[in-house]
Amino acid sequence: MSIDRSTFSIPFLNIMFNNAANQFKTYHSTWVKVSHWVGTLAFILLLFTGIEILMVHPRLYWGNTGNDLTPALFELPISRNFQHGGWEKSQSFFNQPNSPVSASRTYDIFNQNGWGRSLHFLSAWVLVIIGIFYLVVALFSGHIKNQLLPKLNELTFATFSKEIKEHLRLTIVYLKGPQYGLMQKISYLMVIFFLLPTIALTGITMSPAVTASHPYLLQLFFGAQSARTIHFFAAVLLLLFVLIHVLMIVKSGFKKQMNGMLFNK
Amino acid sequence: MKKKHIITRRTAIISGLSTIGAVLLNGCTKPAPPTYGNILRMGDLFTYEAQRALLDKRALSKEYNQGDISSFPATGSINPADSSKPGFNKDYELLHKNLFSTYQLSIEGSVARPGLYSIDALQKFKSRTQITRHTCEEGWTAIAEWTGVPLGLLLQHAGIMPNARFVNFYGYDNYMESIDMIDAFHPQTILAYGMNGKNLPIQHGAPLRARVETQIGYKSVKYLKRIVISDHFIDTGDSGWAWYVGI
Repeated sequence: MSIDRSTFSIPFLNIMFNNAANQFKTYHSTWVKVSHWVGTLAFILLLFTGIEILMVHPRLYWGNTGNDLTPALFELPISRNFQHGGWEKSQSFFNQPNSPVSASRTYDIFNQNGWGRSLHFLSAWVLVIIGIFYLVVALFSGHIKNQLLPKLNELTFATFSKEIKEHLRLTIVYLKGPQYGLMQKISYLMVIFFLLPTIALTGITMSPAVTASHPYLLQLFFGAQSARTIHFFAAVLLLLFVLIHVLMIVKSGFKKQMNGMLFNK
Repeated sequence: MKKKHIITRRTAIISGLSTIGAVLLNGCTKPAPPTYGNILRMGDLFTYEAQRALLDKRALSKEYNQGDISSFPATGSINPADSSKPGFNKDYELLHKNLFSTYQLSIEGSVARPGLYSIDALQKFKSRTQITRHTCEEGWTAIAEWTGVPLGLLLQHAGIMPNARFVNFYGYDNYMESIDMIDAFHPQTILAYGMNGKNLPIQHGAPLRARVETQIGYKSVKYLKRIVISDHFIDTGDSGWAWYVGI
């Protein structure tokens, strides 16, 4: 007499990890779908509030200091604060040439940071918590090893050139569930292990309380303003990733892909 | 004669349990800023609790060298003596006229010895000079040298009571902010009367301003008039801005 093995499995874990070790899975696990959509919501809110925060001071710098009275790396024309120039005559701090100066505004700047900052940090908490949940489950269920890490026989020049051609022609082959292409695997791994950790760490490097406790963050990112600039470029790359991701979804069959990420079809 | 105190196993267990109970109970009744049922304020409170739980409360902010001192915009209210500017105050106009010689900071509330302190009196305390980075919520930063009296030293001098939970700063520009006791007793939290080796300039908060180096700039109240120590959160309503800005 054979015993049905599933009788002894824990239903919750069964749902969470069902056939996770199987690299030919044809549908996304529930935990992947949950972290994908919670992460998507958090990303949209972070992007929206991030743009608002950048609009308040659309100048980027390198090093520890940077303000309207010091030169910028570059300035973005994204609000009326762009090159506003409404400053009273500056006063020198020291009696010497090239002394640092102080000046006050004659101009009422755009500033919605009250809700902007609070919503940015609230959404960041959501992304950090769902991100840690995703990482823990992905590591222990074998999702990263089986579905995301490229197989050795995949890493060939032929596969690379074939996939690059497909992507340039936008003729993306639809694969069911987590059967990812090589470009897809590499970009997901970059987002998970490089871009998201970088944007989170540069984010907290702008926090005065965090850097008091963890001063090495300021060294790692070359200063508080450098961290802000790196945070901006990481956001640009993430946005670029999302745009290409959505384009690929549309090109490979929007309805099928959405069904796959929302239901088990 | 003093009764000999013997710690038996039973008293040790009972006192141990009651201590844990007191800590837990204290944790529940710890005063916290109100959230007004607003999800953003709940997020701020979560950040506050998380930073208090995870970060070293006494860790010093990075201090810089003379050569790192940078240009520094003066924002917010920049002169409460100027009737054409926001934050105008008649009392401050008078102080400004006699070059702050009649200035006195008031320390009141949960202290054994409430009192008035002139700048001369404040300068008699052991001073602290620090070159630190100011982080504005707008996104810019600036480095300056600040000289002043550590707030903790002053609070001890005024005889701070054990029930004290918040330090409330009131500025002549009608601005008010409060900090908890951890930030109040942080070694770099000072009441500054000097900036970059000179008296504090008007646009940066003369004659006295707070410097709270572990928080965003708007906690460093300029033009200090009164400091009120309270055993509860003084609620002035939801300003639309986070109360705790360690981030």
